[in-house]
Amino acid sequence: MEHPNLDYIKEISGGNEEFEKKFLNIIQTEFPKEKDEYMENLESQNLDESAKIVHKIKHKLGILGLQEGYRLAIKYEEDLKYGDTKLQGQFHEVLKTVEQFVLKIA
Amino acid sequence: MRSIIVDDEASARAIVKELCKTIPEMEVRAEFPNAVEALKFLKDNQVDLIFLDIHMPKLTGIDFIETLQNPPKIVLTTSDKDFAIEAYEYPFIVDYLVKPISPERFQKCAFKLNSASNGGASNLLKEEDAEDDLYINIDRRLIKLKFSDILLIEAKGDYIEIQTLGKRYRVHSTLKKIKDKLPESRFLQIHRSFIINFTQIIDIQDNSVLIEKSVIPISRSNRPELMQRLNLL
Repeated sequence: MEHPNLDYIKEISGGNEEFEKKFLNIIQTEFPKEKDEYMENLESQNLDESAKIVHKIKHKLGILGLQEGYRLAIKYEEDLKYGDTKLQGQFHEVLKTVEQFVLKIA
Repeated sequence: MRSIIVDDEASARAIVKELCKTIPEMEVRAEFPNAVEALKFLKDNQVDLIFLDIHMPKLTGIDFIETLQNPPKIVLTTSDKDFAIEAYEYPFIVDYLVKPISPERFQKCAFKLNSASNGGASNLLKEEDAEDDLYINIDRRLIKLKFSDILLIEAKGDYIEIQTLGKRYRVHSTLKKIKDKLPESRFLQIHRSFIINFTQIIDIQDNSVLIEKSVIPISRSNRPELMQRLNLL
């Protein structure tokens, strides 16, 4: 199981700690909102909207260095557009990992 | 260069803004979480460049472009390469950046922007690829494909299927024939049925590569050459 990391953020910041802190605050605010929005749409069987939010979450998985999660999100986003939720369990595991990471860096 | 950033993700705006700091001539005037607010700003303010996300609620990036009367240069930012092909329809789109944007790729974009400003040619997507193309015969029509748009080629019996950004073409030919026409600097056969554009690899895992949304197998004998071609850290 892969784990989130801050390599990309550090690469972007070039050592600017103020940016890193600010950016992590953004992730801490944005990710839970997107996750809740995704879950609500999924529960309502609004799969097209769920796919759109997975698209956004996918970017965050890339930012946090989750290559496998990113690959999974690409497939899951496409599947959702066709009403297929078979990757849901795996995707939720990735979300849980990110959630724990976000809480840890808080 | 006066610029604005339009993206509904605050994290994406923050990254572009930070990357802009590495380009001395770049000045970020404002950032907007949606296209409607950006349009309001543009009514009273002139800019030279817009970093524009494609996937936004209400008004998408493409819808936004359609509403602009006198568009400045635009750099698309997207997590989805499917939309990249649409960039060729607009002469003022200078580049498209796939998220998460790497600093190296952003520098390349800045170089393109700089060249566009100096040379007056606004569409460097076209300019860059002008000498890198291949014609394929589809129903007696010769269709031009840019090498940079080709993602992969798959052998299918007496045919090959060429997957580009946004389209798939079926051509009566062989992998061997097309391999001879493709530049080695960009393409590599990684399996008896697949040639890939290795500059488009998203990642490599075990015995497969991910290119856009396709997972392509790597044969054991081709793996060492692929690894040799990659710029590994």
